[in-house]
Amino acid sequence: MIFNLYIFDRSGTCVYYSEYHRPRKATLSQDEEFKLTYGMLHSIKSFVTRISPKPVREGLHYYKTSTYKLNYFETLTGLKIVLNTDPGVGDIHDLLQQIYSQIYVEYVVKNPLCTPGEKITSELFETRLNALITSLPYFAT
Amino acid sequence: MSRQLRVPDVKRINSELFTLTYGSLVAQLIKDFEDDEEVNKQLEKMGYNIGIRLIEEFLARTNTGKCQDLKETAEVISKVGFKMFLGITPTVTGWDAEGREFSLMFDENPLTEFVELPESHKQLRYSNILCGVLRGALQMIHMKVETEFVRDTLRGDDATEMRIRLLEILQDQAPPGED
Repeated sequence: MIFNLYIFDRSGTCVYYSEYHRPRKATLSQDEEFKLTYGMLHSIKSFVTRISPKPVREGLHYYKTSTYKLNYFETLTGLKIVLNTDPGVGDIHDLLQQIYSQIYVEYVVKNPLCTPGEKITSELFETRLNALITSLPYFAT
Repeated sequence: MSRQLRVPDVKRINSELFTLTYGSLVAQLIKDFEDDEEVNKQLEKMGYNIGIRLIEEFLARTNTGKCQDLKETAEVISKVGFKMFLGITPTVTGWDAEGREFSLMFDENPLTEFVELPESHKQLRYSNILCGVLRGALQMIHMKVETEFVRDTLRGDDATEMRIRLLEILQDQAPPGED
């Protein structure tokens, strides 16, 4: 099951958020939730880097609780894609990479009307992203 | 252990179309601004705006990981970046003692294929857009650099040389607000 997706830009702004399944609504405002999520990811990232016994190549991939799994992908430019899924979903690093290279780069970066650092409002981007996500075998199960 | 430098397959277009389009852009800028220095500035700025987008395409296509040092960055720029977008491989040379500065030597330059600079535009740095592209792209991966064409065959020099100077490594931004 896919729950929701966040895209953060390099300065920590949530430029895109989409909800697919989310039975339990958050108890705080969306803006606060974005800030909190970004802050937590930032902390985990620096924690992971500092505590690692070996030189860090990629850092955080995911974390898991009994109810969900948070999948994390970051590019060298600081774009972060966060996808919450069922804890049973396997390694989806490739999927996140695909969202970046085939959807974000194609329909946001190459769209001159999308300004870097601003909320993504392109419908084409949204359509393509939803098509990819809803086609996943574990989208609704 | 040196990294495998793989240049990905990308769609190609006719380089003449590209060269001529760039040529008309420069010609228009000269008409609009009349001052060579101002044209150089505008070209750099346009390049910067291209660079900050181009880097995403580059990273998405090549899957390049983080570079260990500027030497590696230089290699990737010349052998993967320029190869992928312009089909050329400028030579990396001219390192300073601390390894924070280097030059890219352009034996060929697709931008200038049909160009002759008239005497009246000796200050024009025709390919200045490339400086901006590099600055923009590197800034997006946390490197603040200064780029400049120090020699240009179009201006009668014996070679075309771009100098790249690393100013600082930018830090990751902390989350705003609370500490």
